[in-house]
Amino acid sequence: MRVDRSALTDPAWVRVALTATALLFLALFLVLPLASVFVEAFRRGFDAYWKAITEPDAAAAIRLTLLVAVIAVPANLIFGIAASWCIAKFDFRGKNLLITLIDIPFSVSPVISGLVYVLLFGLNGLLGPVLREQGIQIIFALPGLVLATIFVTFPFVARELIPLMQEQGTEEEEAALVLGAGGWQTFRRVTLPNIKWGLLYGVLLCNARAMGEFGAVSVVSGHIRGETNTMPLHVEILYNEYNFVAAFAVASLLAFLALVTLVAKTLLEWRFGAELAATRR
Amino acid sequence: MAVEATLDRPRVGMGASPAKPRRIIPGFGITLGFTLAYLGLIVLIPLAALILKSSGIGLSGFWSTLSSPRVLAAFRVSFGIALAAAAINAVFGMLVAWVLVRYRFPGKGLVDALVDLPFALPTAVAGIALTALYAPNGWIGSLLMQWFGLKVAFTPLGILVAMTFIGLPFVVRTVQPVLQELPPEEEEASACLGASRAQTIGRVVLPALLPALVTGFALAFARGVGEYGSIIFIAGNMPGVSEIVPLIIVTKLEQYDYAGAAAVGTMMLAVSFILLLVLNALQHWMRVRHAR
Amino acid sequence: MSIVLNGITKRFGNFLALDTVDLEVRAGELLALLGPSGSGKTTLLRIMAGLEFPDAGTLRMDGEDATDRKPRDRQVGFVFQHYALFRHMTVFDNIAFGLKVRPRGERPSATAIRAKVEQLLSLVQLEQFAGRYPTQLSGGQRQRVALARALAIEPKVLLLDEPFGALDAKVRKDLRRWLRGLHDEIHVTSVFVTHDQEEALELADRVAVMGHGRIEQIGTPTEVYDRPASAFVFDFLGNANKLEGVVEDGVARLPGNLSVAVRGRKPGRALAFIRPDDITLAHAPDGPARITAIHAIGPTARIDVDLDGTALEVALPRTGLETLALRTGDRCRVSLGQVHLF
Repeated sequence: MRVDRSALTDPAWVRVALTATALLFLALFLVLPLASVFVEAFRRGFDAYWKAITEPDAAAAIRLTLLVAVIAVPANLIFGIAASWCIAKFDFRGKNLLITLIDIPFSVSPVISGLVYVLLFGLNGLLGPVLREQGIQIIFALPGLVLATIFVTFPFVARELIPLMQEQGTEEEEAALVLGAGGWQTFRRVTLPNIKWGLLYGVLLCNARAMGEFGAVSVVSGHIRGETNTMPLHVEILYNEYNFVAAFAVASLLAFLALVTLVAKTLLEWRFGAELAATRR
Repeated sequence: MAVEATLDRPRVGMGASPAKPRRIIPGFGITLGFTLAYLGLIVLIPLAALILKSSGIGLSGFWSTLSSPRVLAAFRVSFGIALAAAAINAVFGMLVAWVLVRYRFPGKGLVDALVDLPFALPTAVAGIALTALYAPNGWIGSLLMQWFGLKVAFTPLGILVAMTFIGLPFVVRTVQPVLQELPPEEEEASACLGASRAQTIGRVVLPALLPALVTGFALAFARGVGEYGSIIFIAGNMPGVSEIVPLIIVTKLEQYDYAGAAAVGTMMLAVSFILLLVLNALQHWMRVRHAR
Repeated sequence: MSIVLNGITKRFGNFLALDTVDLEVRAGELLALLGPSGSGKTTLLRIMAGLEFPDAGTLRMDGEDATDRKPRDRQVGFVFQHYALFRHMTVFDNIAFGLKVRPRGERPSATAIRAKVEQLLSLVQLEQFAGRYPTQLSGGQRQRVALARALAIEPKVLLLDEPFGALDAKVRKDLRRWLRGLHDEIHVTSVFVTHDQEEALELADRVAVMGHGRIEQIGTPTEVYDRPASAFVFDFLGNANKLEGVVEDGVARLPGNLSVAVRGRKPGRALAFIRPDDITLAHAPDGPARITAIHAIGPTARIDVDLDGTALEVALPRTGLETLALRTGDRCRVSLGQVHLF
């Protein structure tokens, strides 16, 4: 039977038109904003740029952002491993509910992620008076920033690892145990090598969000310059002070981080796609 | 053989005498315990505090907070524009997914990777970049002003731009894998049966993509409703016109109106959960309908 | 090492996987657990390995109670159905794993491990594959790596779950013979699970036929084949004609006016099993049976016969068929040799 070729492939003009429209849309919404960050950052030349990212408040913001990420990411990493271990390797009642609960932070507005901690630990919050008596400050201080960041990045590692480990099953672990390995040996020598790329993938995304989070930390930060301002918050302050070059200079560091994350993510997907859950969903 | 898998080699299960080592793989108690404790402390207890706090003002207080004109207007702005942005993303996201899966062009890998930019780029950075672009003196804003007399930044249109930006990857990333898996035989069969290309797309391809498209639309919508960072720079934040719900919460917090903030937050949370439920139902429906 | 199981019961939810199973595995023997899907054979094997724990019953290894003993303390070698090779380790590292994870005091030196692994590699004839990863091996090679890995810890008992299940027919036969030879050489107590009766009967010293969570019969392959203890065993060992009949006055009446004398059996319905080679045919234009098809390939001919609406399968040597000169459509008389009545 003869099949009309035009019924199987689109004519050239359709291909070109659709591709051009899609690329124009992406250029307008993705490429231009990204490019404008770097253009605006270097508008006054490299010296102004360098000054903006090395002045004490900016440096403090960079240090704080790194500090928050250094606490939040490992915390969620450990959680992710624990959650995926019990969910993927065992059967128990309520497992699906648990998986749904782990996903909650992704469906909650970042502002609410910060709000809940203010309501809990803030001055008028439920535990506020108790904390004030003890002289413990959580809101408008590092603990609040860390908590809010952990909240918004909560599911990243677990979400990548759960399907991966579910797919890998339990046979290799059982084989290791029969061969005489202990629990920790089994995890370190058999499970971990099998999930390492998925783990890295999850950590990468978790870290990008942790360093770039704005809404949640904005609510709990108190915006004290040089003290509780992370990089995204510092960008906001500079921008609102019409110090555009400095704002875009600090923003360009975050944009650079996003680009590095994207490149690393793409490399992982390209090189180890078969060992990631995300690329096979 | 399916029976073999379920009956002959069952997974370790719960519910036998605790005296014996039931599970051969170690670490169940400690990992589940840690997971539940961490989940409770970080997510569940704080969320419970939100609901507790908002119930403190009573139903009438709750209602009067939500029914104030400014709050109502914010809900209209947030949900209305998020809906519009999700619709834009449904159309263009579908287009991008189609082009990425079906056509070959130089730089395709780069474009594919770039689609995830809104996931990776901090929202504050996106916010100031979009504002700079769409402001009346910006690269795009000045052109729009000149050609159409259109003002984007500092109007509801700005919110639309920001929400479109942050929702962009959702539709692409839900439709793309489905499109990839779509067996070409179905389209070939349709063509052999005499359908035109347009009929094939309309009756064979689109229905298969619809569940993914709807999921992506819902995800983009939910993200738009909750978004804060990228919007507040470009919105202009005029009460009643371009003020979004998350900003109302922040404003109430700054005025130490914790109960009011909690009430608005609870309402948003409720909407998010309803969305989540609808999404789950959709995905279930999708699995049943397209079980392969 | 001998293993004695007593009253082993195991449930999964509402499903009774094992129902008070008693079984003795004798030291040095090669025992097959034969049964259909869901008969509980794999669960029983996993209980012996310590991968599953029984809800009731005891397990003794060399006379010592080992019911609650963890797998690492049992010294069993387990070969998984899909091998469960560590995918990120080379063949060498897979085999060495059980030695490398030993506590420091008991761990052999690196050179001793290397020597042991090389010895095992030559035993399974994979010397040149030490550096490969599991994905770079064929199914039969993976199977042998899994075996070498299980043997590395010098197990007192070797347990194999469907050892040839994932292989194609040719490799299966070769590997079966090779495994029998290996067992005759090292004489480690071995238990393997299979659903393939030919495999069990050819390879094992003794066969335990399992069904519905129980052991239906245990014995040497000859015993099990010649004297099946139940209808289930007969049915499962396969290749038998099944006729429904009625027993009255010491005679079992079967379809096609056939009857068999039985002694000491109560009247009532009965199931008769007759193997294809226990049926003889004879030309008879007015006979009750009709030949519907003849498959004469190889030394044995298979003849499909319609006996009053019941399909029978008859096996004759090719030479016998030629003497009889039967053709499709011919009518014939049927006489039965050994009939097993249940």
